[in-house]
Amino acid sequence: MTNIHSTAAEMASALAAKEISSVELTKQHLDRIAAVDGKINAFLHIDKAGALEQAEVIDKKRASGEKLSPLAGVPIAVKDILAQKGIPTTAGSKILEGWRPPYDSTVVAKLKAASVVILGKTNMDEFAMGSSTENSAYGTTQNPWDLARTPGGSSGGSAAAVAAFEAPLAIGTDTGGSIRQPAALTGIVGVKPTYGAVSRYGVVAYSSSLDQVGPFARTVLDTALLHEAIAGHDERDSTSINAPVPQVVAAAKRLDVKGMKIGVIKELSGSGFQAGISARIAESIELLVAAGAEIVEVTCPNFEYALAAYYLIAPSEASSNLARFDSMRYGLRVGDDGSRGAEEVMSATREAGFGKEVKRRIILGTYALSSGYYDAYYGSAQKVRTLVKQDFDNAFAKADVLISPVTPTTAFKIGEKSNDPVAMYLSDIATIPVNMAGIGGMSLPVGLADEDGLPVGLQIMAPVMQDDRFYRVGGTLEAALLSKWGQPILSKAPDLTVQK
Amino acid sequence: MTLDYKAATEKYEPTLGLEVHVELNTNSKMFCSCATEFGASPNTQTCPVCLGLPGALPVVNGKAIESTILIGLALNCSIAPYSRFARKNYFYPDMPKNFQTSQYDEPICVDGFLDVEIETDEGPKVFRVDIERVHMEEDTGKSLHVGGSTGRIHGAEYSLLDYNRAGIPLVEIVTRIIPGTGKYAPQVARAYVTQLRDILRSLGVSDVKMEQGSLRCDANVSLAPIGSGLLGTRSETKNVNSLRSVERALTGEIERQANRLEAGERIIQETRHFLEESGLTRPGRSKEQAEDYRYFPEPDLVPVTPDAKWIEELRAKLPENPADRRKRLQREWNVPDSEMNSLINAELVDVVEETVKLGAEPTRARTWWLGEISRLANEKEVAPTSLISTAFVAEIIALISSGDLTDKLARQVVEGVVNGEGSPKEVIEKRGLKVVSDDSALMVAIEAAIAAQPDTAERVRGGNIPAAGALIGAVMKATGGQADASKVRELLLKHLGQG
Repeated sequence: MTNIHSTAAEMASALAAKEISSVELTKQHLDRIAAVDGKINAFLHIDKAGALEQAEVIDKKRASGEKLSPLAGVPIAVKDILAQKGIPTTAGSKILEGWRPPYDSTVVAKLKAASVVILGKTNMDEFAMGSSTENSAYGTTQNPWDLARTPGGSSGGSAAAVAAFEAPLAIGTDTGGSIRQPAALTGIVGVKPTYGAVSRYGVVAYSSSLDQVGPFARTVLDTALLHEAIAGHDERDSTSINAPVPQVVAAAKRLDVKGMKIGVIKELSGSGFQAGISARIAESIELLVAAGAEIVEVTCPNFEYALAAYYLIAPSEASSNLARFDSMRYGLRVGDDGSRGAEEVMSATREAGFGKEVKRRIILGTYALSSGYYDAYYGSAQKVRTLVKQDFDNAFAKADVLISPVTPTTAFKIGEKSNDPVAMYLSDIATIPVNMAGIGGMSLPVGLADEDGLPVGLQIMAPVMQDDRFYRVGGTLEAALLSKWGQPILSKAPDLTVQK
Repeated sequence: MTLDYKAATEKYEPTLGLEVHVELNTNSKMFCSCATEFGASPNTQTCPVCLGLPGALPVVNGKAIESTILIGLALNCSIAPYSRFARKNYFYPDMPKNFQTSQYDEPICVDGFLDVEIETDEGPKVFRVDIERVHMEEDTGKSLHVGGSTGRIHGAEYSLLDYNRAGIPLVEIVTRIIPGTGKYAPQVARAYVTQLRDILRSLGVSDVKMEQGSLRCDANVSLAPIGSGLLGTRSETKNVNSLRSVERALTGEIERQANRLEAGERIIQETRHFLEESGLTRPGRSKEQAEDYRYFPEPDLVPVTPDAKWIEELRAKLPENPADRRKRLQREWNVPDSEMNSLINAELVDVVEETVKLGAEPTRARTWWLGEISRLANEKEVAPTSLISTAFVAEIIALISSGDLTDKLARQVVEGVVNGEGSPKEVIEKRGLKVVSDDSALMVAIEAAIAAQPDTAERVRGGNIPAAGALIGAVMKATGGQADASKVRELLLKHLGQG
């Protein structure tokens, strides 16, 4: 019986077999959202009417025998950073309150073309700046595993929605770990594809050279199905790669890693990572060895500078990307009472419309790009970026994929790090190098930490445009873990309908 | 005591620097597919990209790159195998993204030059203007500040913004400093902009209409005492909207600076605005505290890496340099300087060349275009080229050369063609315009004229040749002007025993 706990692949085949309609499936999810989202706060906007209308159209198409795409009729949640025509798009910020884009982002257009039903827009750290959703201007999202904890961020709303069975699929963006970290903290699968594999057109920019759109789902196969639906060259994004999309669905179904070399990154293991995390990673390595993979240790000596370099490059680009929010053409406008000039209105609007973390990064980036400081900050950071790439090149010369934990700790408590930016930044220590090098990475749930019973994520990384490799390894390990556990990891999560 | 221009340049040496902005005439904008038509209703040629809506991304217009490379090649520049766009960050309401996508330390064309010739006291002299760089950028929108006295944003009641121009491809051509022009600085500047305009027009990459802003010149000038070897503080004059203004603005600015220096005042590094009516400049934004634009490479665009083979193909396509071409044509047509200048000023060089290519005799081609056709065009307040095709002009000239038309008849043919009566052949047919060259027909008219004015005929017979004019006039009148006057004269004089 297909229900909200089914995988997207199961939903898709039930829909194809007409065992359930898209309208019924959409209603089930809208009911679930109505029942639990008051506790989770994953959604910023629920497009009930739009979703049902879309589902109805898809059902009619199916009834008329029209050929539909693999995910046709399956619902999805979309991070509120992707423009969707006519639907509020805030990027988690007050400054965009009330803005309804006049156009669809490429990814939203692809989802619509693939007949995926868009349920609504999900919560996030303002402009994707943060690792907990606590920087959202619209309140924090709670982790379905423990409502006192954050789901991670910045795509915390999307991750929580999938983990709380409010949607089987979700779209996130990942600039320094914003898909992989919340996936790890909520026990689901999240993928940051190779930079340029998925179009950024219509994605409100945080850091253009690092931002990448990617899929969330509860299984590797579901993630791959969504990956294939959204990836591909887009002539409206100059940085989009003009090459065929790697065969990620086939890779997810392969369930075989015999002969693959898996590199364990020395700098991203051992001390600095929670014991329960290291234990689950060690178990995963054993399972991969048992499945026929060969383990090699690799060293990436420049990773230790990656975090610092990231916090120069990303804020620099952000300081420029966010300059357009000036109240002149859209969004919030403050102080326009006839007594103030344009410059004062711009200033008052930005003062009122941006949150603390956003202002911090704008100031940081403005400083780093200033004449006289550019070389020391932005320039040096770009050099680090080259060194991080070299580290990956050297490591991939020895291994087909690399692995590490996704996060140093499991989900942390709401408020725990919100007054300590550096502690918060450290949440992304293992994920940032991937963005710096422009390669792809997956976060795969590999169990619960013994000390707190919270999900642990394993990061699997592959070279540029070899994203199929981490689907192959992820799919194989997922199957091994499932046969060990007997049931999916999310079955261990608390029942939200009774939890307070 | 104030210095006039002559006195100013006897004491101070000007150093020039010119920045020219050219709007390319591509069909679409620099980074999106919006139309670029001039004068469209406000904000009708916009899209998420050129409005800088959240999420929108730029894509470089390949045609704009081609045009820029052509400009670089025509200005003897090297074309960079790798160049990048950069963001120039500053806030202004007419800039949708609050940064301008431009090129900064990695421009597409560098190190060129343009030789310009001007008339000096010692005759024609060539000055070499070194080009530092040619780079691509996007134009901003237009602001209209309503209310207030200055028309500027400060003090305005409200402002209107039109983003049709936002994102139009602009090419900026920057010279190195131009020393050693002395008192000729304003003329050198004007000649440079004129020649640049002609080159751009010959390349077909821009409308180059200064009055519409598709060609804009910022003129930098500084003064230092002659022989001091120093470089003074410069001012930058904007809003120079015609070739004449380039010269006037610099003359005025050199005078202004000289008088400040004379009075012991210092020159402030600033932007000044040229005032068309008075020929003076007024101060604008001070550049004493250089604005920090926080340039950095545009992460949304990949580097521009033109293929060397493509560059060579473009080089092979370059038209002849307009200055060289004019010299060649002047030589080939054997035209005096003054008349060549008339042709150039009337923008008729191209059509005359085309008419000559179609077989017309150069002097006739020149005279017809510059004379009768221009006269009719003036009357109708249109361009001469819109009145009649070069093919028709060539056809008419051929008929004159063969003696089938007189100048007078030809004027009627031109008039007929201009009035839409058809091709020259059709006009000749319809109006019955044919030179009466049949001697017997002429003789009938001549005898009739003699019969009508026997006294005059008698005077001619008596040797008073000038008196024949009245008889010739009568014959011409009788034949409706279709006779060849010299033929009439010849027959008449012969008939009266004077031939």
